Amino acid sequence: MEKHLTLPLSENDIEELQIGDFVYLTGEMFVARDAAHKRLYELMQQGKALPIDLKDSCIYYMGPSPAREGRPIGSAGPTTATRMDKYAPAFLDAGQKIMIGKGKRSKEVMDAVVRNHAVYFAAVGGAGALLSKCITSSEIVCYEDLGAEAVRRISVEEFPVIVVADCHGGDLYARQTQ
Amino acid sequence: MALREISVKEISDAVRDLCIKINYELSDDMQDLLKEAAKKETSELGCKVLETLQENLVVAREEQIPICQDTGMAVVFLEVGQDVHFVDGSIEEAVNDGVRRGYGEGFLRKSVVEDPIERTNTGDNTPAVIHYTIVSGDKVKVTVSPKGFGSENMSRVFMKKPADGMEGVKDAILTAVRDAGPNACPPMAVGVGVGGTFEKAAELSKEALAGIVSPYNRSWTDELEQEVLSEINASGIGPGGLGGKVTALSVNINTYPTHIAGLPVAVNICCHVNRHCRAVI
Ligand code: SF4
Repeated sequence: MEKHLTLPLSENDIEELQIGDFVYLTGEMFVARDAAHKRLYELMQQGKALPIDLKDSCIYYMGPSPAREGRPIGSAGPTTATRMDKYAPAFLDAGQKIMIGKGKRSKEVMDAVVRNHAVYFAAVGGAGALLSKCITSSEIVCYEDLGAEAVRRISVEEFPVIVVADCHGGDLYARQTQ
Repeated sequence: MALREISVKEISDAVRDLCIKINYELSDDMQDLLKEAAKKETSELGCKVLETLQENLVVAREEQIPICQDTGMAVVFLEVGQDVHFVDGSIEEAVNDGVRRGYGEGFLRKSVVEDPIERTNTGDNTPAVIHYTIVSGDKVKVTVSPKGFGSENMSRVFMKKPADGMEGVKDAILTAVRDAGPNACPPMAVGVGVGGTFEKAAELSKEALAGIVSPYNRSWTDELEQEVLSEINASGIGPGGLGGKVTALSVNINTYPTHIAGLPVAVNICCHVNRHCRAVI
């Protein structure tokens, strides 16, 4: 099914999403990958405040190429979500609702998706040039020293993703190869 | 025979140009494979992914946005003629300088960290991984093959036994591809090295992806490539791992003599963004 949704997603939006749905997202999301997740996770472990608000948030696992003049961002496709598996359950338990990436997730993450009424979307891996055209603005929020791995806030318009894990326990990747 | 002098600056410029070019425009062989594959796909999501990837290549070229944000770690193969004498400095520094300029001037992502544990970004995508081979003649062949790590991470070396034979090789490839699944941005390109030693097999598999063919290959490699490709495409993984018939675009096998006790098999997984291009100087 094809859907056009605005971020943040409501409880009801998430409830109705099913694996295989093709969704176009519009609104704001964070961008973070390995090194930023590690830092945020360590702050959580120490019980310290985070530099970003995770409540109802969407995190796109991505590290863009540098922007040319006059463009908000460079190439901007998804990175492998599997590498964030160590951190994702804690993030979801802290209020994050949406993950965007590509690739398989651990059982712990899949359980955390159901437990927190969340969703995992895949964006098309290897389509970074095309996906960058759905991004209308981008700013660094923190960890600028990490370069391509800094945390960003981006605005997207009709950003295409596919539901891979829904809040009902569905797993699109598992369905394909059974 | 007289030595031919080549300035390392020429090599450096070639590396710079190749790094930029290949991150914006895929070589024809990969583009053709993608186009052909798209005709065979029947699953709805699979077709959509393949269409998206083809459109992405057009946008990348026309609007000068890298095909993929992971513009890779630069792998550089230098096939150096034995009658060449490099002048004007160190060849290693020249290659790295080419990478530094290519990634800087080409708006490519800097994805290399100084140390695998401490992980501070080097800020200029150096150093490159450089493979040198000495060959006959007085020319230098430079192949640049930036490698993305979504797929690199799914690559494997299997130390099979001689008794495993052809089936063992097949099993190794299929296992690696199945485990890679959606993580390697299918459709994939699969490079395989069979024989040699542990590290030789890995190098052969990387060369197979870069279009460097081993002179030791026998006729069975062609047959096995076709056979394994159809089995991979029967796995159901499909484009983007979302289901379908097109899981891989190519399987390329390189071989080398090996030890009486061994059958090393390296499987280097790549995505459709299998970047490789060369210059001869
Ligand atoms: S596997 Fe290939 S297409 Fe996917 S993110 Fe890495 S380089 Fe890009």
